[in-house]
Amino acid sequence: MSVSITPLVASAVAAALPLLIAALGELVTERAGLLNLGVEGMMLLGALASFVAVTHGAGLPLAVACGLLAGMAGALVFGLLTISLQASQVATGLSLTILGTGISSFLGRGYVGYRAPASFEPIAVPWLSDLPIIGPLFELNILGYAAVVIMIAVGWLLARTRAGLALRSVGESPVVARALGLKVTRIRYAAVLFGGAMAGLAGTYYALAQLKMWQEGLTSGNGWIALALVVFATWRPGRVAIGALLFGGVTALGLWLQTVGVGVSTFALASLPYLATVVVLVSISADQQALRRFAPAALGKPFFDGD
Amino acid sequence: MKRSRLLGVALASIALSVGALGAAQAADPLKMAFVYVGPVGDGGWTFAHDLGRKAMEKALGSKVSTSFVENVPESGDAERVIRDLATKGNTIILTTSFGYMDSTLKVAKSFPKVEFYHATGFKSASNVTIYNSRMYEPAYLAGIIAGHMSKTGKLGFVASFPIPEVVRNINAYTMGARSVNSKITTKVVWVSTWYDPSKERQAAEALIGQGADVLLQNTDSSATLQTAQDKGVYAFGWDSDMAAYAPKAHLASAIETWGGYYTKLAEAALAGKPLKQTVWGGIREGMNDLVNVNPVIPETARKIVAAKKAEIAGGMQVFTGPIMGQDGSVKVAAGKSLTDKEIDSVNWYVEGVEGQLPGQK
Repeated sequence: MSVSITPLVASAVAAALPLLIAALGELVTERAGLLNLGVEGMMLLGALASFVAVTHGAGLPLAVACGLLAGMAGALVFGLLTISLQASQVATGLSLTILGTGISSFLGRGYVGYRAPASFEPIAVPWLSDLPIIGPLFELNILGYAAVVIMIAVGWLLARTRAGLALRSVGESPVVARALGLKVTRIRYAAVLFGGAMAGLAGTYYALAQLKMWQEGLTSGNGWIALALVVFATWRPGRVAIGALLFGGVTALGLWLQTVGVGVSTFALASLPYLATVVVLVSISADQQALRRFAPAALGKPFFDGD
Repeated sequence: MKRSRLLGVALASIALSVGALGAAQAADPLKMAFVYVGPVGDGGWTFAHDLGRKAMEKALGSKVSTSFVENVPESGDAERVIRDLATKGNTIILTTSFGYMDSTLKVAKSFPKVEFYHATGFKSASNVTIYNSRMYEPAYLAGIIAGHMSKTGKLGFVASFPIPEVVRNINAYTMGARSVNSKITTKVVWVSTWYDPSKERQAAEALIGQGADVLLQNTDSSATLQTAQDKGVYAFGWDSDMAAYAPKAHLASAIETWGGYYTKLAEAALAGKPLKQTVWGGIREGMNDLVNVNPVIPETARKIVAAKKAEIAGGMQVFTGPIMGQDGSVKVAAGKSLTDKEIDSVNWYVEGVEGQLPGQK
């Protein structure tokens, strides 16, 4: 049987990109010491906002802006409660997910049932996109290419710039960072808002680049996977991409194996992503040193900035 | 959910106060509650049930007051939700997904005065009535269209769970296609969920990647259809009319039309004689249909579909022999038909379906 593996890679890449975008945002937020569990909620807000914008005739750039802003609006609520009012980050993040899910399904009622009038379509890089197996990596839509650029930028920013150093020190020890004269509150707000913008962009990706529609709960739990990917990657941007590809790939593989008629139980195939998660989590916790080295020490702890 | 319950209460209190003011027919409205497995905005299965609920409300006005709870998992949670609705004074509770079967029966035992209606199940009780739609009928008609439109001779099916309800739709789709082109085969991908647009999309991509060029899905979102449009192949709408999602890829929609039945059962309950008869309706009973047939389909094919639809409406049974199993053995002899009981417990693929049915040796 002649079986091409390229469509499998394409499917894995398509599934990985929105996860990558959302996880990068959360990674920056967590590097600043804040655990925002509201990714799913912010993604849904971004997805709806961009879909509504396109439906009312806005061009794609404006729709993306709406998606970013909607995600940031959710993040701002999170910031106000956790940074300024020192509320519990876990509880606030969870509420944000519930809030985002509820608001988007309520406001989205009238938008169910038709295709997005404008959407992001793949742009192939000549020659490279015809390569076997890795070809799909060169046939992304603009948001997909943007995800790659953002990943490189975040990696560079965190590792090589003063701003990145400031962000990391805020996440390690806000007390020391403040003593050094860093504006802890301002940096944390910036990080949280960036996380919201990326979640909004990931939502936009689902609504306008991948599914091209609005339905309630469109992101179907992928915000949680993005959160898990950050831990999976031990807070390093490059590894987020590997994790996203792996997760997208494992899900796609389970479905793809069914179509080529491999005699493996579909129940076993359906549990592949979860098995992979268990294996990865076990292998990560085996390397305690790496965990301790990269996990922001002040993650999730409230900090009172007395100015 | 809360919102609609509040709305229900508001409507009820308005109705009550109107009654108190001395207006005629002051009887309390019939309180009906719906339990949905997905969001009402899924554009598919739950959306169709909610359209039915609204149609009934429109037909009966202030005589009924309805509420619903959406996104109820088919787990222990379902029992809690159903019990809660029963305690809140609903006299009719409709549980609209297969997985609610045991929870419904359990709660029904403790509330003998409440009438329960369970969609798509197979266990009933004195106050639990089953209703279902023979979706395999429009699936068969969709298959006829697919048989005409497929160039590769390979059809794809995005399936949720390997239960009879889904298996028979795969069979009917394949049989419809093979009735016009005996070389057609169907590939099936099981996604183990009713609603997960990303996963449904990946499943559709996998099928298209293996050459399938006309897809049908027995899941609740329109992701399969959208994917078909992106990849330049054809697909169908399922449960609700999905033409607007993907006008180019959409060949037709196999839809559920619950409104008529919901109105009938509410009227019967209002008259004090609740319906207790198991209902399994199809095209003939007006409980489903194949609609919005794309003009891109050749006239000849559309004529065949119309003729078959008329036959089915006239009582023709889709699962009439000769039907071969996957290995080519005769499963249903010529001139014989599957009984309803057999259709409702089918656990084998017909000839032309590829792969192994999960859970079968």
